[in-house]
Amino acid sequence: MNVKTLIPGNYGYFPEKFGEIWNQQIESILAEFSSGVEKVLKPGQDATDLPILYVKKAIAHSFLQTLKEKYNYSFLTDMTAVDEQNDPRFELVFHLMNPETKARIRIKVRLSENEKIGTFIPLWAGANWAEREIYDMFGISFEGHPDLRRILMDVRWEGHPLRKDYPLRGYQVFLNPEPIDPELLK
Amino acid sequence: MKNEKENALQPDVPLDIARWGFPSHYDVSLKKDSDDIFEDSRVIVNIGPTHPAMHGAFRCMAKLNGEIIEKSYCEFGYTHRAKEKLGENRTYHQFIVYTDRLNYCSSLINNVTYALSVERLMGVEVPERATWIRMICAELARVIDHLICVGINAVDLGAFSYFLYGYHQREKAYTLIEQLCGARLTTSYTRIGGLMYDAPEGWEKDVKAWVKETRDVIDEMDRLLTDNRIWLNRTKNVAVFNKEQCLNYSFTGPNARAAGVDIDLRRDQPCMFYDKMDFDVPIARVGDVFDRYYVRMEEMKQSLNIISQCCDKIRSGPIWSEDKRVRIPEKAAVYNTMEGLIHHFKFFMTGFNVPPGEAYTAFEAANGELGFYIVSKGDVNAHRMRIRSPSFWHYQGLSPMIQGGYIADLVAALGSINVIAGELDR
Repeated sequence: MNVKTLIPGNYGYFPEKFGEIWNQQIESILAEFSSGVEKVLKPGQDATDLPILYVKKAIAHSFLQTLKEKYNYSFLTDMTAVDEQNDPRFELVFHLMNPETKARIRIKVRLSENEKIGTFIPLWAGANWAEREIYDMFGISFEGHPDLRRILMDVRWEGHPLRKDYPLRGYQVFLNPEPIDPELLK
Repeated sequence: MKNEKENALQPDVPLDIARWGFPSHYDVSLKKDSDDIFEDSRVIVNIGPTHPAMHGAFRCMAKLNGEIIEKSYCEFGYTHRAKEKLGENRTYHQFIVYTDRLNYCSSLINNVTYALSVERLMGVEVPERATWIRMICAELARVIDHLICVGINAVDLGAFSYFLYGYHQREKAYTLIEQLCGARLTTSYTRIGGLMYDAPEGWEKDVKAWVKETRDVIDEMDRLLTDNRIWLNRTKNVAVFNKEQCLNYSFTGPNARAAGVDIDLRRDQPCMFYDKMDFDVPIARVGDVFDRYYVRMEEMKQSLNIISQCCDKIRSGPIWSEDKRVRIPEKAAVYNTMEGLIHHFKFFMTGFNVPPGEAYTAFEAANGELGFYIVSKGDVNAHRMRIRSPSFWHYQGLSPMIQGGYIADLVAALGSINVIAGELDR
């Protein structure tokens, strides 16, 4: 892997500013969650712009809670998934930001195809729709989610479009519009 | 729907009234009040997807007690165009046009952010002039976006002439953009490693004249509306979203700054030449509709400052990176040499490979943090092209924001958070 590709030009601000902070934080995180962290990738050594921590599913919630409360990575910038096409199939990707120092960090949780994970809404209320989108696009289910329905596609849609094996052409036709379920307003 | 396939074949099957919430012409034997689906005298109001007060195709269903919204539910996805899937199946060059259609009120910012994110992944540096033009473009687009946002917000609350002041200025800005790239709305102006065309001679002078004019117009708009008593009554302490909620719901940009979240990526993570610029970040405290309006007004003035500073510093020079991987071959070489023709053909038919790696590049777009998370496996198209659009997170906050407010304030709240359907649905 060509490391030099990610040495930034005039848009680079991450490794110079936060390199030391990240190293210290990753050390103390590893001391705390030694068995739960599978792999650590660091900018400068690996082809990435942010440090990536691969976390086991079992400790994902307590890990993110620690990051949120102890290390003040309390801003959920983005939550998404990637279909890696190998075993385990999916990666759940969290981009967190520290609103004080504006340092960012990337957390990944690997999930196999039919594996479920608990919802992250207790940590961030904003994770609600992000989880719905991940469910819609990748078919990853979140246990305990109050309203896990499709969000971008029609609720009657079959298949999960952002999976790599999803066909690029084809039609699904619905003649009647699907109304909003009044149960949701109770 | 249970019998989906049957329904699809027989459109005459009566629709389920309990699910629709209003009587359909199929059922004439309905006795009770059709709105009273919970039998507790609450009224269900459905707004959208095609309603003039919803700025785009999205939908909000509200349960009302009198005029108070007790509960609401928002739905969208009517303009979903599978941009993330397209990003995985188009080359990096081909994807530029799709970024225009994200936030179509400020498509130049999307172009610039996308170009930055791919360049960052490849390690390509663009020359100074291209960067200055990109900065002017980004700020020009920000002013346009804010003008339309505050204007439409005022139109929704009944102040129509205010909107026309801003719209006139917006048209002139579009003429400036037209001089750059020939298009007004869907610009596709940046290229990876450079720009589509150089700015025409004397363009920065036109921009400076426009800046001077717009400053006066914004002052005029300010005097016209900001202290108006009706406007203050309709916006002060309406649809409040405080700092804690903003952080919880991942609000960014002017909507978060209106509630006191002090984050502006132009200042905190300066890409391009923003660290050399002299500008302030306006912050408000309460987080109501008025604060969101006023933060945008102040931000426009700061953006105009940035534009005029850029116009002073811009010098003539190359607009293309010298990197052979991304440089589109010169037309003279394409038409006159075999190698140039092959290069051109290879560039547009197969595209260029981006080295493996992943990067999340965020830029302060008009609505908030616009981010491209690109995972590359070394191929000509991305393995994952995630677009973090600010409107997605803002629209999620609409339901808690309007809870307990009046139905008329829903319109004010929706206009003030400036949800753009193209960016929301992607």
